[in-house]
Amino acid sequence: MTASSSSRRRFVRNAAGTTALALIPYQGRPAHAGTSEAAVPFEPVFFTPAELEFLSAACERIFPQDDLGPGAVALGVPFFIDRQMDTPYGKGELWYLSGPFHEGPPQLGYQLPFAPRDLYRKGIAAADAYARQRRGRKFSGLSANDQIDLLTAFEGGGVQFPELNARMFFEQLRRNTLEGVFADPVYGGNRAMQGWTLLGFPGARADFMDWVDQNGAPYPFGPVSLARQPL
Amino acid sequence: MSRKRTDVVIIGAGWAGSILAKEMREAGRSVIMLERGPERRTAVEGSYPGSIDELRGAIRHRLFQNPAKTTVTIRNTMNQTALPYRQLAAFLPGEGVGGAGLHWSGVHFRAAPDDLRLRSHVIERYGKKFIPEDMNLQDYDVTYDELEPFFDKAEKVFGTSGEAYKIDGKIVGNGNVFAPSRSDAFPLPPMQDVHTAALFRKAAAEAGYHPYSMPAANASKPYLNSYGLQMGPCNFCGYCSGYDCFMYSKASPNINILPALRSDPGFTLISNAHVLRVNLDAERSRATGVTYLDQKADREMTIEAELVIIAAFQFHNVHLMLLSGIGKPYDPVSNTGVVGRNFVYQTLTTSHAWMGRNDYTNQFVGAGGAGVAIDDFNSDNFDHGPLGFIGGSPVWVNQAGIKPIAAAMSGGGKSSPRWGKGFKEALVDTYRHSFAIDAHGSNMAYRDVYLDLDPTWKDSYGQPLLRMTFTWKDNDIRMNQYVVGKIEPIMKALGARHYELGRLEYGEPFDTRRYQTTHLGGGAVMGADPRTSALNRYLQSWDVSNVFVIGSNAFPQGMGYNPTGTVAALAYWAAHHIRTRYLMHPGPLVHRA
Repeated sequence: MTASSSSRRRFVRNAAGTTALALIPYQGRPAHAGTSEAAVPFEPVFFTPAELEFLSAACERIFPQDDLGPGAVALGVPFFIDRQMDTPYGKGELWYLSGPFHEGPPQLGYQLPFAPRDLYRKGIAAADAYARQRRGRKFSGLSANDQIDLLTAFEGGGVQFPELNARMFFEQLRRNTLEGVFADPVYGGNRAMQGWTLLGFPGARADFMDWVDQNGAPYPFGPVSLARQPL
Repeated sequence: MSRKRTDVVIIGAGWAGSILAKEMREAGRSVIMLERGPERRTAVEGSYPGSIDELRGAIRHRLFQNPAKTTVTIRNTMNQTALPYRQLAAFLPGEGVGGAGLHWSGVHFRAAPDDLRLRSHVIERYGKKFIPEDMNLQDYDVTYDELEPFFDKAEKVFGTSGEAYKIDGKIVGNGNVFAPSRSDAFPLPPMQDVHTAALFRKAAAEAGYHPYSMPAANASKPYLNSYGLQMGPCNFCGYCSGYDCFMYSKASPNINILPALRSDPGFTLISNAHVLRVNLDAERSRATGVTYLDQKADREMTIEAELVIIAAFQFHNVHLMLLSGIGKPYDPVSNTGVVGRNFVYQTLTTSHAWMGRNDYTNQFVGAGGAGVAIDDFNSDNFDHGPLGFIGGSPVWVNQAGIKPIAAAMSGGGKSSPRWGKGFKEALVDTYRHSFAIDAHGSNMAYRDVYLDLDPTWKDSYGQPLLRMTFTWKDNDIRMNQYVVGKIEPIMKALGARHYELGRLEYGEPFDTRRYQTTHLGGGAVMGADPRTSALNRYLQSWDVSNVFVIGSNAFPQGMGYNPTGTVAALAYWAAHHIRTRYLMHPGPLVHRA
């Protein structure tokens, strides 16, 4: 076994063992924008309780609970993103973050000095301030429709936060939300592989010798995780 | 500073470097190979199931270059300020032993004969006036017939699966009718068609085109290669592109060459060794060796060598030449110099077909090199006379295995929501019932598209970043739009419920944020004229004759085909001439006129 596999096993144990810890009660579900499936509480390692409220509300709007299945909160996406903030990726170690910093045309890509964790810290504060200013409440206290309106405005690029365009924050949030829905459950999201089940993706099976061409028949087996079982 | 001596020092442990290392050891020369990334062994870092983790793999770039250490700057036009490529997206160079040859897909083509002498061919068929004024159309100065033995040699190392059309001038099978004659069959029979490739094969034939099985360096059967190394049959797991192959089925330097070298006492592989420069003598006409940073010890080391092979990724080769002062840097204003000239890419656009809701396309099933293609609109297989452009595209279904995070980032069709209500439904429908058809086209070279050193940004070693000046030109947009238009009859024959054609649009600049392809080329091209090429026909520097530069940097134009097969053949071609001529009489293999 490689070092990375054993550290993953440790991580899985820790993730599964969180109920033994002193928990910050999860209060991220606003009254007006409820989710029908309960989220599993967890102790965040990066986000403050207030930030977690924003994160949970926003990622649920991006990937909502509906007739097709659970939304981001029930799938464990806030937990996933929280844990990602504590990785080399979250700390910006996979991006070139040397100055000077100049904005350019959009096609030349990301030009901010911020790592993912900075984008969340600054973006969430700015988004909540924007929600209070425009709608009189922090983001997580708004109705689902109002939340959708704000996220749509952020996505559109017309909202400028103090240190970044809201669109950069929105894209970060969308990307990490979808990662949390569809990454292997060992990372804390995609709970019980329900993201994969929705798509019909068989996870880590990685052997389709007998299914190369079945003339359009659906693949018959459900998914398996790297950890070999739903978490 | 510590010093070592060797006969040959090789920069980069990808395909080009590994091929040269094996050839130089066969010639009895001591070899040190330097790789700036970490060691990567299939049995250890590449084993199942850790190797097929999408988040850690393609999403968090387990096998890709980390731009935090070094990257490039990019601008579309010369009057812009280039800005750093801070997040990998449009292209994904490799890092670590195996290089991009570890995470490639495995599509293994031979260059089309006309593409190797494109300038001469265009003038012969259409006249000199057909070439746009600002286009630097050039020949490789090597022909298909000269390269054929080396294409063949590479296929027998890679264990390539495919179906021949012509061998020794005789039609022998149902391969690509546009492919040139071969000296031998593919080592392995073609890969099986996945469902969507079978659909495409039938529809393309109905549309009057000539579908064929793509040549894949994915083993369709067990294979013992020419170095005595074993490959296992591909199981269509869907983790080629962006991953290392835990099945030992996709060819890589790590599986197909390096095991034959690792126990050889005359061969030394040093990983985590970032080469800072090639050292030259006072006249800058001879290389004395290289200086690298041992990244683990954080110490500069120098290796003295008789022969220096620069065999890193395309743009790293150009970067290293510029940093070392090998050859004259290109200046687009005065139109002089050669290093950085003819920087090229490929035009890759994807179209999508949505089949009926009882037809499951099972897009997670796949093999990166396999698929069904048509060449009816590639190279000069069709009359360009009335069309007013140079170049072409193969069109194919090359289902490499689509993973869920990547699928979710793309979402549904053009008009479907990117998130929220309606997103899930469109995503599920698209994942379950659609598939992709690519136009994987050429890209010509232009006077104001080039590479040089950035004046502002530096890498973590304190050296200037390489600057790319690149955008799409009308010739290539016209080509792409024409070929994409030819996909429409296939869509109709498929009986698709819905389809969307993806194409380049006039005035749309190159966008660094969206993955297109890692097939960058040129910048230090081979050719007959030292005023327009940095390398001679043997990939030897015109200016520093004990430096050879191996890679797609040698391509004067971006061809429609994937580059690796031609890079491998050029590596064996260069190695052959080093072994049979250069080592006996070191010096220029071609004398300046």
